[in-house]
Amino acid sequence: MSLGYLGSYAAVLALFVVGVAIVAGALFANRMLRPTRPTPDKLATYECGVDPVGEGWAQSQVRYYVFTYLYVIFAVDAVFLFPWATVFAAPGFGMTTLVEMFVFLGFIALGILYGWRKRVLTWA
Amino acid sequence: MRTTLLAAADPTLADFGHDPLWISIIKAVVIFIVLMLGVLFGVWFERKLISRMQNRYGPNRAGKFGLLQSVADGLKMGLKEDLMPRTVDKVIYFIAPVVLAVPAFLAFSVVPMGPKVSMFGVETPLQLTDLPVAVLLVLAMASVGVYGIVLAGWGSRSPYAMLGGLRASAQVVSYEIAMGLSFVGVFLYAGTLSTSEIVGAQAGGNEIFGVPMPSWYMITLFPSFVIYVITMLGETNRVPFDLPEGEGELVGGFQTEYSNSLKFAVIMLAEYVNVFVVSAMSITLFMGGWRAPWPISLWDGANSGWWPLLWFFAKMVLVFAFFIWCRASLPRVRYDQLMALGWKILIPVNLAWILLIATAKAFRLTGTDRTLVYALGIVVLVGCALIWWRFDSVMQRRKEEREAQVQAEFEELGAEPAAGGFPVPPLDLPHYHGVARKEVSSGSN
Repeated sequence: MSLGYLGSYAAVLALFVVGVAIVAGALFANRMLRPTRPTPDKLATYECGVDPVGEGWAQSQVRYYVFTYLYVIFAVDAVFLFPWATVFAAPGFGMTTLVEMFVFLGFIALGILYGWRKRVLTWA
Repeated sequence: MRTTLLAAADPTLADFGHDPLWISIIKAVVIFIVLMLGVLFGVWFERKLISRMQNRYGPNRAGKFGLLQSVADGLKMGLKEDLMPRTVDKVIYFIAPVVLAVPAFLAFSVVPMGPKVSMFGVETPLQLTDLPVAVLLVLAMASVGVYGIVLAGWGSRSPYAMLGGLRASAQVVSYEIAMGLSFVGVFLYAGTLSTSEIVGAQAGGNEIFGVPMPSWYMITLFPSFVIYVITMLGETNRVPFDLPEGEGELVGGFQTEYSNSLKFAVIMLAEYVNVFVVSAMSITLFMGGWRAPWPISLWDGANSGWWPLLWFFAKMVLVFAFFIWCRASLPRVRYDQLMALGWKILIPVNLAWILLIATAKAFRLTGTDRTLVYALGIVVLVGCALIWWRFDSVMQRRKEEREAQVQAEFEELGAEPAAGGFPVPPLDLPHYHGVARKEVSSGSN
């Protein structure tokens, strides 16, 4: 099978299909084999063992939301670093590339320092 | 100076994508079966080893040495009644374990397990596939797995599950950044993101005065390796970073509402496959991949044929045993400590380390202006020292301020206990005469 560039991805797709098939098959077999005798008590949310009170969704801190922003910034930063790291040693790059990355990481570091200063990175 | 030990059997990126479809399917199914069996006996191995570390026997009833214990547990979970609580979001609740499990398996498709071998007459590498961005695929799959965690917590409609899900995702994304950054050193040295070529790049070390130097990146890039080991524990929510399941705080975390059924089994499966994936990545990127370790590598046939599967398996067992060792010996860290370690130590240290090795590498490249490198190095060093000094003095000032404040409050409360706003009993009650005199005699003893 020769699909050129995408040929390598076909195998990933094959594994994906096998994975979905096996998981779906297992859940289907489970559905066929298991008993189902529900009672109101069984269908109550477990939470911590005592009877649940009020709405199921709890309020949570906005900080998690800020974290996902920070994550997006730094994940993108890391993704920019990867191609840089692979071509860095190639002829024709060298010093200029290095200085550019210093500048880029300087900006990113400024970001984390700003978050730090704004007390995003404190957990009480 | 670089001794090329690359044999003809060593796969490169060009060797992938030519397999007949049936070979790909055989490899995919074998990977699946091996991972499933790996989880079953990995759980057994973990329970047995941790028992021995804690001076007890562990499972020893089902089968010889309790070997069939996990098989029995798996069968039981498959045949149990499945409870879906009334309030859950049914679709999300059902999808979440699948979203957790499938990417975990997918990440294993780029793990190199051996050189090219003859499989049913077809010359093919012992690796399902390789991509120009193979390591990125692993990181991407880890990110998709986070969706499974968040959705499991969200769909459960239970406060504990929801908090556990958010906490787990915050932890995983924080450690994923440090993990991705610890790979950059490897890419700098190997010059590629393809897993098979990274293994190839660790094949032969330089020789200094005829003495072969170690070629595994765990030695040449030791700081990256240490950071990776910490992040791989954090990324898979293992002890000492197993806060998402912190029993005392969050019951079972995001999986609280998944009662002991097949869906729970799928979540556990995903967790263990994730452990295997990060172990395999540590081997591929830092420990020479499927190549034999030093004393064995003196034997010429060690890195050819099917033998490398054995070395790879042995390394997997060792890394997994390290996970268990950590679990047996380390206490769980506090949440603020965990996040502070990730954001304030691992990420800045990692960035600094990347710049350091990049500069060192630029220095070694011929034809570069060395004075510029020196100047940059001095600027960075002075900058780091300045930042550290600034932070240190600010911290010190804050600490002193806090201490003074606490002391002032203490003095105020000592004079008038109710001044703090809380209705506290007076500390100088007339009937209390100190510990020396007993108010009520306690009999003859």
